[in-house]
Amino acid sequence: MGKLEIMKAGLVGLSMCLAGTAVADPVKVGMITTLSGGGSGLGVDVRDGFMLAVKQAGNKDLTVVIEDDARKPSLAVQIADKMIQSEKVDILTGIIWSNLAMAVVPSAVAQGKIYISPNAGPSKLAGKGCHPNYFNASFQNDNLPEAMGAYASENGFKNSFIMAPNYPAGKDVLNGYKRFYKGELASEVYTKLGQSDYAAEIAQIRASGADSVFIFLPGGMGIAFMKQYAQSGVDIPVMGPAFSFDQGILQAVGPSAMGVKNTSHWAKDLDFAANKKFVASFQAEYGRLPSLYAVQGFDTASLILSAMAKADVKDTEAFRAELKKIDIASPRGPLKFGNNQHLIQTIYVREVIKEGDIYTNKTNGVAIKDHQDAYAVDCKM
Amino acid sequence: MTVALFAEQLLNGVQFGLMLFLMAAGLTLVFGVMGLINLAHGSLYMVGAFACAAVANFTGSFWLGLGASLAAAAAAGAIVEIVVIRRLYNRDHLDQVLATFALILIFSEGTRWVFGSFPLYLNVPELLSGPVSLPLGVEYPLYRLAIIVIGFAVAIGLYLLIAKTRLGIRIRAGESDRAMIAALGIDIRFLYTVVFALGAGLAGLAGALVGAIQSVQVGMGEPVLILAFVVIVIGGIGSIKGALFGSLLVGLVDTMGRFLLPWTFKLFMDPSQATSIGSALASMLIYILMALVLVAKPKGLFSANA
Repeated sequence: MGKLEIMKAGLVGLSMCLAGTAVADPVKVGMITTLSGGGSGLGVDVRDGFMLAVKQAGNKDLTVVIEDDARKPSLAVQIADKMIQSEKVDILTGIIWSNLAMAVVPSAVAQGKIYISPNAGPSKLAGKGCHPNYFNASFQNDNLPEAMGAYASENGFKNSFIMAPNYPAGKDVLNGYKRFYKGELASEVYTKLGQSDYAAEIAQIRASGADSVFIFLPGGMGIAFMKQYAQSGVDIPVMGPAFSFDQGILQAVGPSAMGVKNTSHWAKDLDFAANKKFVASFQAEYGRLPSLYAVQGFDTASLILSAMAKADVKDTEAFRAELKKIDIASPRGPLKFGNNQHLIQTIYVREVIKEGDIYTNKTNGVAIKDHQDAYAVDCKM
Repeated sequence: MTVALFAEQLLNGVQFGLMLFLMAAGLTLVFGVMGLINLAHGSLYMVGAFACAAVANFTGSFWLGLGASLAAAAAAGAIVEIVVIRRLYNRDHLDQVLATFALILIFSEGTRWVFGSFPLYLNVPELLSGPVSLPLGVEYPLYRLAIIVIGFAVAIGLYLLIAKTRLGIRIRAGESDRAMIAALGIDIRFLYTVVFALGAGLAGLAGALVGAIQSVQVGMGEPVLILAFVVIVIGGIGSIKGALFGSLLVGLVDTMGRFLLPWTFKLFMDPSQATSIGSALASMLIYILMALVLVAKPKGLFSANA
């Protein structure tokens, strides 16, 4: 027994020495995300996806502090200050909404912290405002709508009614659609962020004579719009980026969303081994199907874990270089960072279907392969 | 712009206004009779929506759900009144705001604990689904028409209750002089519980009705609560008639503003900019309206104690 104890102690000591040479310090991640109020489903999925990867890795050197921003920019800024100054986190992540990201990210990266976005991808941080400490593991806001615009043009739509909330991501999304869509615009409408009644907008759609409706209404806004649209009797086809037709909200939308085409950088049925494993393990862990937000959270954590294994987080330059390699098995398949540290990834067209009792999406095909955002050229990195 | 579009937008404004009225009526009644500022009114709206969704999903009947929403919200209101609110009548408004704000947090987290963070499914019943054709070539969702009918029915019902019944007489007496009606031997504590439960029930009904066409999720009540406060400030605090006119005014101004302002700006501006500025201005419109009303009539349009 005595000898065994000594040996054990020696082994532990040895492994600590080894750890000392490869990864010196533990990594502390601060996650600021939306866990209460409207849109909390998105934050919960990002968190759950992130924590799934952490749990699977079982790396004791990684600690995660999670706080709720309640979708309020002022609160997110306060939490970020606290996490940087008193919690001394090395990496920040978690923000869902572009307006919150714009409030937090520029100052956090200027203070030398690494920020990895698991959801928001405002254009301002992709172009001139790019930063060596800012990585985007989700999408640039324009990506999915660009793919939808390309799809609409290819499928002969010539007169679109386009609508989004009046905040940075809403403008990025409509610009993205217009960049790849070649037809006419019946009308362009901005709504209030968090708006729940779309009667006035649906009346305009009815009167507009459009042949297609493109919407970007994430979370509860999309649920409300789709239900009201189905009741209105207007039958112009609706399409949009995946955010309004995602796993987290489809059950609440119900039959109103059947058959809607949407573009996404991930789908449940993508044929990658890592994807099958991810979907199965997420379902086993949480008892529900994952959403694209969960995938983004999962990939963000995988990125941090992969970089931790090879570099010390205190050596920012080396750590960033490891992050940039994306040495992970993503459910999205192969990923690559562009010069602005935003992803070059394939965007798919999906369609809402019903599998048994569950509403979900099936992949119809590729919209744009290896797509890079339009702002990368403005980034001097 | 066609006549049909304009008429449809007017109907939308009226429907939105009447939905606000269901919220504002309870809020103004509670403030008028008990002098209480109840920030948790939005939570009762949420309770109604969740009760309706849960019962409708369980039994498959929206109508049972609607009944359950009234009952659950009224019961929640009565319990809250007896356990918490009763202690606050003699405190100042700041204490009431603090306590009822705490109730919002308790209701929100409690609902999340029971139902989870993801929105619930609740759809319009078969009977009221789809659009109907109205004169002037207007196509309008039947369900929204039903909300208009229910809203007016509740307004008439409340008028009859307050003007014609014994309970109504007591409520009006309570508004004018609390001490006196207690001295006349009326059980004022019971009266307060009834009024609070009535207001809560109306909020729950509104939540259930709206839940069918919006999303049933935690935190759905607070945005409506803010509008309901705007309504009762415009209408005159404590006045049901004021709440009705205030609601219709806010509903129409908000809906028509969202529709007409961007359209007007497009006449002399680049469309993309026009919609952006127009919609930003439209979201401020009801607050501008409130400020204007307060300048002209500091106590609101139909102040109860004027």
